[in-house]
Amino acid sequence: MLLISCPNCGSRDETEFHYGGQAHVPYPENPNELNDREWAEFLFYRDNTKGTFAERWLHSTGCRQWFNMLRDTVTYDIQAVYPMGTPRPATAAPNAAESGTASLAADSTTTGTAGPSIAAPSTSATSITATSTTQSGTTAPEGATK
Amino acid sequence: MSTQQLPEHPDFLWRNPEPKSSYDAVIVGGGGHGLATAYFLAKNHGMTNIAVLEKGWLAGGNMARNTTIIRSNYLWDESAAIYEHALKLWEILPEELEYDFLFSQRGVMNLAHTLGDVRESIRRVGANKLNGVDAEWLEPDQVKELCPILNISDNIRYPVMGATYQPRAGIAKHDHVAWAFARKCDELGVDIIQNCEVTGFLKDGNRVVGVKTNQGTIHTEKVGLCAAGHSSVLAEMAGFRLPIQSHPLQALVSELHEPVHPTVVMSNHVHVYVSQAHKGELVMGAGVDSYNGYGQRGSFHVIEHQMAAAVELFPVFARAHVLRTWGGIVDTTLDASPIVGTTPVENMFVNCGWGTGGFKGTPAAGLTFAHTIATGTPHKLNKPFALERFETGALIDEHGAAAVAH
Repeated sequence: MLLISCPNCGSRDETEFHYGGQAHVPYPENPNELNDREWAEFLFYRDNTKGTFAERWLHSTGCRQWFNMLRDTVTYDIQAVYPMGTPRPATAAPNAAESGTASLAADSTTTGTAGPSIAAPSTSATSITATSTTQSGTTAPEGATK
Repeated sequence: MSTQQLPEHPDFLWRNPEPKSSYDAVIVGGGGHGLATAYFLAKNHGMTNIAVLEKGWLAGGNMARNTTIIRSNYLWDESAAIYEHALKLWEILPEELEYDFLFSQRGVMNLAHTLGDVRESIRRVGANKLNGVDAEWLEPDQVKELCPILNISDNIRYPVMGATYQPRAGIAKHDHVAWAFARKCDELGVDIIQNCEVTGFLKDGNRVVGVKTNQGTIHTEKVGLCAAGHSSVLAEMAGFRLPIQSHPLQALVSELHEPVHPTVVMSNHVHVYVSQAHKGELVMGAGVDSYNGYGQRGSFHVIEHQMAAAVELFPVFARAHVLRTWGGIVDTTLDASPIVGTTPVENMFVNCGWGTGGFKGTPAAGLTFAHTIATGTPHKLNKPFALERFETGALIDEHGAAAVAH
């Protein structure tokens, strides 16, 4: 079970979330100009990265807000959580301690704001992982409305 | 049903050769599909100067991790055709490969728990019959008769309202299937090279001419990719994309029990599938973990969910224990159908996207993919499953249509 740090609610079990697949896939700017190949790319082709992957998550049984996350698809370590609409942060250190995967943790029941802090502070200014647990209950980050 | 004796191991299975500097064709991936492809290339097309490259040990990926269910009761004509062909091959392969891998045609039942399920199931039985696939609709009392340990009472959350039943479906010993193919491949002169990881491809313009591996460069005229969950990684090395997402798919077994479960039961709605292996373990699986993953492990709540479903359907399982759980990496497509055929790279062919149900397709995947590699053209059974369908829109949408596990 992943332990995911919602930017609004703090650390919660994966079961509260909904997976949204690859992040940063824009709707075509001029849909009428797309050919079949380009439509196929938009509809059916997504990156299938082995390693650090930028993906969307929805906190469906919590604040019901979408956010983005960088997660390693091999170790499942969560490396950064950041708002929708902001660029992908520089990849965090590969072995960020205390990262968000709880698959190997003995206790995955930790919820709320008392959970361990998620990921080492990232060097990226856009990463909000270091502050995510303290943001609980405050206003949603910019761009996190969809 | 009685516990069957496992077949004796043959004295000799295969050689472990050093890779040669060149082959007529190279198959990447030494699982069931890769081995079956190599076997049919050698047997049907006389291509014996070929190699199967496996980055780990033979059949140690999804071939070692699946729940061994074999059936062909798919809704659409294209799927029914290829899976039914596979089932017919399963029926003759033990003799052909001279290796009894205990294909046990104990039937597969797909339960219906809602009116929608009932309608979809009856429709599928009709479609199956039209396609020459054996299928029956069972009322709840017939379900109980075939599988007495199933709870068909009304006082569960999703009562059993009936089931489809395919009597010719069943299970087989997955490892033995791989070994059977591997031994025959070896006999026919195919080099099976383990611990040989592909690290890149050699190309001349847009034509593949070789494979770079951790055991050196191997020149070849043709490359067939059979790497399941890692297909996207290989495609990226070769310079093209696949509409594949890799997910963890988990399964589990209990400790050994006396034979209690005479068939295979799958439930799409409460989401579990259960059989009892020849030795006596209860074997269960369910759906994929939602997130992309290459980790060969998933989240425990998925296991918890499928066990809850199993215990409700089979109260007798409540006192069984989980012995082991594990995960494989499955290559899913958005229409839940495989991708078999040519690629944007000349002389490179791909067989992937079998998702959660690749084991049952093994013989037909191998037979048709071998045809495609040898001739450069589609086989009539894999033609609908070409990569181009995502562009033309001719999808084969099997999601939910033909029961739970694709």
